[in-house]
Amino acid sequence: MPISTINTNSIADDAVTVPKVTDQVLTHRNLIINGAMQVAQRGTGSVPVGNGTFIVDRFKAYKDNDGAYTIEQSTDAPNGFTTSLKGQVTIADTSIAAGQYVYWPYYIEAKDLQHLSYGTSSAKTITLSFWVKSNKTGVYTISVYKQDSTSYMFTHEYTISSTNTWEKKTITISPTAGNTSFITSSGGAIANDNGAGLIISWNLSFGSTFTGGTSNSWSSNTSDYSTTNAVNWMDSTSNNFYLTGVQLEVGDTATPFEHRSYGEELALCQRYYVNSISASIYNQGNVNHILRVALPVEMRVNPTITRTGSFWSGAENAPDIYPQYGNKKAFLISGGTSTFLGGSFLSDAEL
Amino acid sequence: MENMNITSAQYVTFNESNSGIKATIDGVEMHVPLDPANRHYTEILRQVDAGTLTIEDAE
Repeated sequence: MPISTINTNSIADDAVTVPKVTDQVLTHRNLIINGAMQVAQRGTGSVPVGNGTFIVDRFKAYKDNDGAYTIEQSTDAPNGFTTSLKGQVTIADTSIAAGQYVYWPYYIEAKDLQHLSYGTSSAKTITLSFWVKSNKTGVYTISVYKQDSTSYMFTHEYTISSTNTWEKKTITISPTAGNTSFITSSGGAIANDNGAGLIISWNLSFGSTFTGGTSNSWSSNTSDYSTTNAVNWMDSTSNNFYLTGVQLEVGDTATPFEHRSYGEELALCQRYYVNSISASIYNQGNVNHILRVALPVEMRVNPTITRTGSFWSGAENAPDIYPQYGNKKAFLISGGTSTFLGGSFLSDAEL
Repeated sequence: MENMNITSAQYVTFNESNSGIKATIDGVEMHVPLDPANRHYTEILRQVDAGTLTIEDAE
């Protein structure tokens, strides 16, 4: 039958469903950047985690306890993916003190969340889906921290059932979860700015200060990251944790993971971090000169600039760097009267 | 729960006004813009308010 002859009477009302069409026609529904953990501008190898450590872009790792662990970009991934974020305990902590924690937060910029209509009676349900694998089975939690206006915390348990097996988890987050009205009231609003709108966290170990939450409920206590049922992932040096395929979307259904091109994911990541941009200039006239270093995309804010390696400069003193004279699109280097000026730089505008 | 270890901070001038802060954060020299949405600048101000950090004048 030629397609031109199909009309609405030819299609049963229930023939077209969300899962059937979203992977084909609805793009940019994933609110998570680098959810497949492909982009790792800082490197791919194992690094020890401190209090805010990145390896793959956009996913941060925190640790404040008596043990230690590393993170790396791993090639261990479920079918359809090639990379994951791996954590590996290197020094165990079998007794997490009250105020101690290990978690992996992902910060979503507030500008990207305005269509959720948080802070109104029309606030939308969202669904988080992801793949996890660990040798340590049991109950884990994710949390959603909303900072703007009045701060609220949502937590939800999930279970890793089988040792060393990739499992897909789906968590639906209603704005009224737990019969609360925090998010649908004015205090639930997310400011339309470039700050943190929501912080989604994968919680691996939390002390009792942070385990007062109730699964599938919003709380006005912003320490309620997790619940008392959650495992202590730090309790053995055998423990690992893999995460990939992270997707957050509007609605109550987890659709297939939206695979964007690597180039698109990289550009999206560069709004927050640009690795190793190089620039140079030759000063033939021996006069004071300034080099403008263009960034590949407009960054979230004026970035912090870190020089990597030596300045390529004939100046007696190291040239100055001015990070806020490019309107988030560039920065300046002052070279004085040196004959040659340049270098490699990192630009950081992370949340 | 960010907790940066900032061991030094000094203003840098451009056209005779403060244009940024050269700071040592977690052992690395960084050039921080005076942008209230920049996380490093926010943390510098927090530590100044807490009395644990002083921003030196520009040279």
